[in-house]
Amino acid sequence: MPTVEQIREMLSAGAAKSSLLVEREDLLAVAKFLKTDPQLQFDFCSCVTAVDYIKQDCIEVVYHLYSVALKHGPVALKVRAPRALEQCHVPSLTPVWRGCEFQEREAFDLFGVKFDGHPDLRRILMWDEFVDHPMRKDYIPPMDYEWEPTPHGETLARAKMQGGTVPASALEAKK
Amino acid sequence: MSATGIIETQTLEVSLGPQHPSTHGVFRMDVVLDGEYVVKLKPVMGYLHRNHEQIAEKIAWIANMPYTDRLDYFCSMTNNWAYALAVEKMAGLKVPERAEYIRVIMAELTRLLNHSCAIGFLLSDCGAWFTPVLYALRERERILDFFETVSGARMMCNYMRFGGVRVDLDDQSLAMARDIVARWPAFLDEFEKLMTENEVLIARTQRVGILPRELAINASITGPMARASGVEYDIRKVDKYGVYDRFDFRVPVGEAGDTFDRYMIRILEMREAVKILEQALRDIPAGPFIAPEAKLRNFKVPAGDGYGRIEAPKGELGFYLVSEGGAKPYRYHVRPPSFINLTILEDMCLGQKVADTVIILGSVDIVLGEVDR
Amino acid sequence: MPVDEGLKSELQKRGVFVMPVEFLYNWSRKSSLWPVQFGLACCAIEMIAAAAARHDIARFGAEVFRASPRQADLMIVSGTVTKKMAPQVVRLYNQMPEPKYVIAMGACAISGGPFKDGYDVLKGVDRYIPVDIHIPGCPPRPEALLHALMTLQEKISKQHLNETRWYDKNAPAEYPIPQYGAHDLEPPVNRELWQPPQETPKK
Repeated sequence: MPTVEQIREMLSAGAAKSSLLVEREDLLAVAKFLKTDPQLQFDFCSCVTAVDYIKQDCIEVVYHLYSVALKHGPVALKVRAPRALEQCHVPSLTPVWRGCEFQEREAFDLFGVKFDGHPDLRRILMWDEFVDHPMRKDYIPPMDYEWEPTPHGETLARAKMQGGTVPASALEAKK
Repeated sequence: MSATGIIETQTLEVSLGPQHPSTHGVFRMDVVLDGEYVVKLKPVMGYLHRNHEQIAEKIAWIANMPYTDRLDYFCSMTNNWAYALAVEKMAGLKVPERAEYIRVIMAELTRLLNHSCAIGFLLSDCGAWFTPVLYALRERERILDFFETVSGARMMCNYMRFGGVRVDLDDQSLAMARDIVARWPAFLDEFEKLMTENEVLIARTQRVGILPRELAINASITGPMARASGVEYDIRKVDKYGVYDRFDFRVPVGEAGDTFDRYMIRILEMREAVKILEQALRDIPAGPFIAPEAKLRNFKVPAGDGYGRIEAPKGELGFYLVSEGGAKPYRYHVRPPSFINLTILEDMCLGQKVADTVIILGSVDIVLGEVDR
Repeated sequence: MPVDEGLKSELQKRGVFVMPVEFLYNWSRKSSLWPVQFGLACCAIEMIAAAAARHDIARFGAEVFRASPRQADLMIVSGTVTKKMAPQVVRLYNQMPEPKYVIAMGACAISGGPFKDGYDVLKGVDRYIPVDIHIPGCPPRPEALLHALMTLQEKISKQHLNETRWYDKNAPAEYPIPQYGAHDLEPPVNRELWQPPQETPKK
């Protein structure tokens, strides 16, 4: 858990990118501190998103915070969770900043990160019966092209494996 | 039991959308009504989820520029600028002065066309079926002609590049822009004369959909909607990106936070945008229009992450980019203002009549391409 | 049955106009095609611009964009159809009364467009509903939409009363609505309506 002095020092160093990587257990306390401390007053959470670092086997949730009262920022608050679906959960910061509500739902929908304490955690962009988490790096989309006249790259590779969706001449020509 | 306690009533669940004359796109609201009054409202989105972020991870950095056009499809120039700004921040590219002035001109013209059409659509929701939209579209066509002369396309301009813009503005285009700016105050006067003191508009929008200031800040509301609630925060003044610190303009801030304030803020912002445009068109220097060291092919961004944002006409448009040093983004995320401004739609609509729901949604000014990406 | 031109002009001089019933039927339908208000994405803005004062679509009869599909006879699918939206598109199409036409406006409605790689994008609206006119472009100019409307009017004027879909007892009255599946829509395509094109052998 970073101490109050460590946080202040890092943020006042005026670095072009100030970012804080915290553990899941400390996230809520750090967020409340950042919001309520009179010298920091980060009352505005601008952007919440998740990044899938498949090589480091973690999903990182990033919160970008600004201050409307003191007009400074940004600070990137980052927290990591393991990629496996059962263990992939972090505390929700919606009780601290209401603006995180929809963006955390989107991170849940597209990455599978569960936010504990979120008032209404359900899918937002995909339909409810959908089971996959499409923005993960290991997601394989359904092969529903049915007709791709100029296949190249990934489409061509998958067509060669699955066949039947590209003209035969394209398969031969691009060998 | 109803409010009078005499008649036993039931609530009614209605789905407004996704095809509805007033939902500004494919957006659905699940509304639970007690008579005419809204008891619960759940927005449902995702009907235009076009996988922009996933596609962006598969193609080169510059190839994402046309896709940013299609985010907020009304304002393609500001979307391009936000993306170019985020990448330039990460790559450390310096943009020449003339390009910065051109970017400001394009962004403020976009602000003009967005706000006039947003007001037009808001009034369509109030019942002034299409007449204000026709006035707004007449002026928008002039600006689209200018965009077409400069960039080749009316709407999806794909005009900004990392380090500058794609082509230069010649004298004929500048004359066109000056002509548009010269006509705009007269158009605004005509527009305002028709609408601002119109008693139907005042009756339908004052004290409707009030958003308190503290809730606006906590719910990450940005743009004209936040300023109407009294939040004095304009990214052009706070971050001072581009050359905005050279222009003298005010930021209108509202008091009541209701729909009428949001309408008035947009009118006032249009007047301020005209001021910025006059100054920019007067002071634009000669020079290169793109940074000489900016490469377009095989452009690689150094490893790391970065967040760049601008004051788009609808709010704060930000791009969070993660790069591994390669030719394609590792993670590309759009922070859409319309999506986040919908967070408190339910709060604003509770206790209002169902007809006001549509007006409140119109005053939020959403574009589904941005909401769903 | 064509009428003799000499007889026609003679009668016209007397104030009597002779034409097949089919001509009147087609002319009245094509001159008052009412679109349903159905804008999905960016192409919808160009559709609104086509309905605005500069490129006036009211000149062609498409004056009133009806809000309810039950009162419309033309659906301009303008914008990307996502898989989440596809069942609603088919439902709306089923609710339109015959005779009805579909214009697929823009690259996204024809084949998925620039977003063809997406997991949630339907690669062409003609996978579930029959399309009469396709307009390429991203977005097509309002003039292109007007040209498409004129082409549709020509197509309608060539239709014959005894060969139309709505008087055909074997044609489907309704198209099946896809359901949301766990990974994709079920079925992913309406096989009776759309087959992948046959490859023409290269000479």
